[in-house]
Amino acid sequence: MRQWVEKQATERAWIVIVAMIIAALVAAAGAGNLYFRGDYKVFFEEGYGPLNDFEEMQKVFNKSDSIAVLVVPESGNVIDETVLTLIQEYTEEAWQTPFSSRVDSLTNYQNTWAEYDDMIVEDMVLYPEELTEDDLSRIRETALAEPSLNGRIISPDTDVSLINITLQLPDVTDNTANVASVMDFVRDLSAQFAERYPDIAFYHTGIIPMNYSFATEGQKDMSTLVPAMLLLIIVLLAVLLRSVLAMLATVVVLVLTIMATMGLAGWMGFFLSTGTINVPIVVLTIAVADCVHVVATMQYGMKQGKSRKEAVRYSLELNWMPIFITSATTAVGFLTLMMSESPVFADFGFLCAMGVMLAYVMSVTLFPALLSVLPVGAGGRVDDKAPAMAHFGDFVIRHQTPLLWGGVAVVAVLSALAMRNEINDVATEYFAESTAYRQSVDKQADTLSGSQSIDWAMYTDEAGGISNPEFIAVMRDFTEWLEQQPEIDHVSGLSDTFMRLNKNMHADDPDWYRIPDDRELAAQYLLLYEMSLPYGLDLNNQVNVDKSAVRMTSILKNLGSVEIISLENRAKDWMDANAPGIRLTAASPSVMFSHIGETNMKSMILSMMMALVIISGILIFALRSLRLGVISLFPNITPALVGFGFWTFISGEINLGLSIVSSMTLGIIVDDTVHFLSKYKRARMEGMMTEAAVRYSFINVGRALLITTLVLVLGFSMLAFSAFRLNSDMGIATSLIILIALIIDFLILPPMLLWLDKDKPEANAEEQTSLKGEHA
Amino acid sequence: MKLITTLVTGLALVAPFAIADDGGRGLEIAKERKARDTGWGDSQAEMTMILRNSQGETSERKMRLKNFEIQDDGDKGLTIFDEPKDVSGTAFLSFSHNTKPDDQWLYLPALKRVKRISSRNKSGPFMGSEFAYEDMGSFEPEKYEFTYLRDEPCAEDMTCHVVESDPVDKFSGYTRQISWIDTEHMRAVKTEYYDRKNTLLKTLELSEWKLYKDKFWRAHKLDMQNHQNGKSTTIITHGIEFDTGLSESDFSQASLKRAR
Repeated sequence: MRQWVEKQATERAWIVIVAMIIAALVAAAGAGNLYFRGDYKVFFEEGYGPLNDFEEMQKVFNKSDSIAVLVVPESGNVIDETVLTLIQEYTEEAWQTPFSSRVDSLTNYQNTWAEYDDMIVEDMVLYPEELTEDDLSRIRETALAEPSLNGRIISPDTDVSLINITLQLPDVTDNTANVASVMDFVRDLSAQFAERYPDIAFYHTGIIPMNYSFATEGQKDMSTLVPAMLLLIIVLLAVLLRSVLAMLATVVVLVLTIMATMGLAGWMGFFLSTGTINVPIVVLTIAVADCVHVVATMQYGMKQGKSRKEAVRYSLELNWMPIFITSATTAVGFLTLMMSESPVFADFGFLCAMGVMLAYVMSVTLFPALLSVLPVGAGGRVDDKAPAMAHFGDFVIRHQTPLLWGGVAVVAVLSALAMRNEINDVATEYFAESTAYRQSVDKQADTLSGSQSIDWAMYTDEAGGISNPEFIAVMRDFTEWLEQQPEIDHVSGLSDTFMRLNKNMHADDPDWYRIPDDRELAAQYLLLYEMSLPYGLDLNNQVNVDKSAVRMTSILKNLGSVEIISLENRAKDWMDANAPGIRLTAASPSVMFSHIGETNMKSMILSMMMALVIISGILIFALRSLRLGVISLFPNITPALVGFGFWTFISGEINLGLSIVSSMTLGIIVDDTVHFLSKYKRARMEGMMTEAAVRYSFINVGRALLITTLVLVLGFSMLAFSAFRLNSDMGIATSLIILIALIIDFLILPPMLLWLDKDKPEANAEEQTSLKGEHA
Repeated sequence: MKLITTLVTGLALVAPFAIADDGGRGLEIAKERKARDTGWGDSQAEMTMILRNSQGETSERKMRLKNFEIQDDGDKGLTIFDEPKDVSGTAFLSFSHNTKPDDQWLYLPALKRVKRISSRNKSGPFMGSEFAYEDMGSFEPEKYEFTYLRDEPCAEDMTCHVVESDPVDKFSGYTRQISWIDTEHMRAVKTEYYDRKNTLLKTLELSEWKLYKDKFWRAHKLDMQNHQNGKSTTIITHGIEFDTGLSESDFSQASLKRAR
């Protein structure tokens, strides 16, 4: 097989080139089928518990997806004629938002009051241009007294106000275009108002802008990071290979590999999302390493006087197995990501694995063929067996004891620190501070409230049960309890409405601001109120069809999953203790993201174990030594532990993006171990003593490992520039771990070999001395 | 400004029968539809309303209806709720008007009081259903501007006039409605409702028609499907009776308390 490929690649280079390019282009044609899904739901598997709860709630009540427009006047006061006029006009216009089903604002709040024996239900502000001072202070008073407004629609010091637009997006898999149309409409509206009211600023928060940011930031990464990465690689290769043609050949292979990978993804029916958008960068990074090995060995062969074709064959002969093994282990690492609870990470794992294997195929077929026909030079590169590496090897051997024990101690300390990381997903912080979304969220947090929410549904399982005074009391107590929780910024529920109606029915006597005495009374108040509400402002978003369940919305501070899950659990405990007959469910995108981080981590620990077992198996097989296989566990496992130890200093939070890093890096860092140990093993087979074999490894692969690590670290660091934190954190952590892996391979693995593998020499001392002399 | 708004609204209301660019054909059809349904006097019926959400949950409401025809103005109606039990005995009185907003009152037996309902708010859901009060009141041509669109085949091998009606009242929940009116009996057999952003919101289909007094057609099944939230409501009418001896005095605020 190898010989046949070698022969074709060198003797029939043009045929191989044309055939491979055609094959790659046919594969790439599938890219036409790719589409981008900006939906946050891509992170959740169909049937995922918290997603089910959310969707059930959306069906029982109305959908609650929304976009909030925060109105911030420079004057610092929204209760004035100009701002109220603006809010009223905006509210009116906002009904035109695509898919909108309701608009809630300060001006269209359905204020109720008693007038003689009637109850009036009317917009809070009907004619803003004719408001008197008295009217303004009445509005201020009413707004601040109303639990559903104060802290939600208006800030307690009345400096900002919020207009909330609720949408009923269609039940289709891909709402990306619909979300974009909503965003475009609302941004356009805000821009128009900002022009007419230059002293007023507008910010957009809520699920729709978050969704939109998922889409746009992801696509931005694709259009900026990938070209930047390619450029970086071109520069690196030109410097490292000192040959423009070799660099060009590499770039051709890389570009075709990426195109073929993404094209095949399209043929297979995959879609792109913020989770899979990194596949090109990752594959690109890893594919470079393959090419560097091939071209470096070829150039080495040419320097030794081989013809170009001979050198290519020589390189293929030497690299065939190592590249295959390293590609296979890397692919296995990625493939175990398919166990992820989050479907986009499973997709990511599969596509990267496919890309890595394609890169392997390309680098042993098309790449050598290109190298055979292009007049690639031997490169001005210094010899691989650089004296620097030999000196470094000597240094490590000299200080083996302190390096071993010192290294192990550092590894132990940092690994222990790794346990101090916390699994936490702060969904609002998924986006960098440079993004419009994040700035809006932060502005809202500074002035009004967080922008996350939890919807609570309370089921009485009895038709009309929500009018039962006992249940209303539970609602009221639960609302009060929630208000006291540190995670909550705002909450209001139907119990407030019942009490207000009771007051209105008794000539606005504040003493009657309490729960109606009996069930019929409460039900009839509610009926009257419902009959009095205008289009779109009904109670169907709070009450289900047989009036057996209510939903109340609470606004949270911008918190992480740990706090959100804790709040959810405490709330359920409260309900169990205080109203065991009531079924309580909590749902929202925040709740879903909170749970997925934790669930995913569990599946990823399993995936890491599996990757470890399979990869170690491959290593033992490849090295044909159980002892070396066992020793290799140390440099394979510890880099991730040490990396996460460092992470406690960088962030200390493990989010969804980071949970996949361990499995993913395992497959990559193993390559270093494979190269180092295979050279070591070869030296031992040739009869060298441990010490000499270690030195031999340093001299033979030290520099190559340094270069590939450099490429990988730089490549993954590119992801740090993503404005999407799941990607940037993943990039930073991955490059950190890859760097640590090399350090461990260089500083701790050799002393370990010297200590654990120092049994009887496999050859006599004379030969060892001569070998040592040859290389020193 | 308030004055101007009031004037404009008033003018719009007293300038009925505005001529659309269909040469008045739409209005002609609407008037014919109204004419065919004139002279029925009074009626009583029982109604079951079935509400469904997109989760498949259902809920039933039961009520009795009394209607009284008023010549040259909108009709009067009294609805007495029987189920759910919590609101049993609650009665809803409405005076429909041609050219001014309707009057509505609700009697709450638990409070033993009659409460007036703001006339502006007639586009909200009726009893939490997909019907708005606006969709259920008597048909008064003065409340709309009509545009005849076309004739086309419609349900049960009929031919229908397709007519667009734009509500005159600015507090309506709709920008327009499109109705299919069968050419033979001038009955609205289907209506589409378009919301404020001019997107299809709901479709009402009327079926199980029966002829009363040899002249008046009544649908016994009304299906309202909301296309945006996936909810639907069916109204089934049973036992319609005409000439039941009701008088106009049975439709007053005072009569509300006696209703049962």
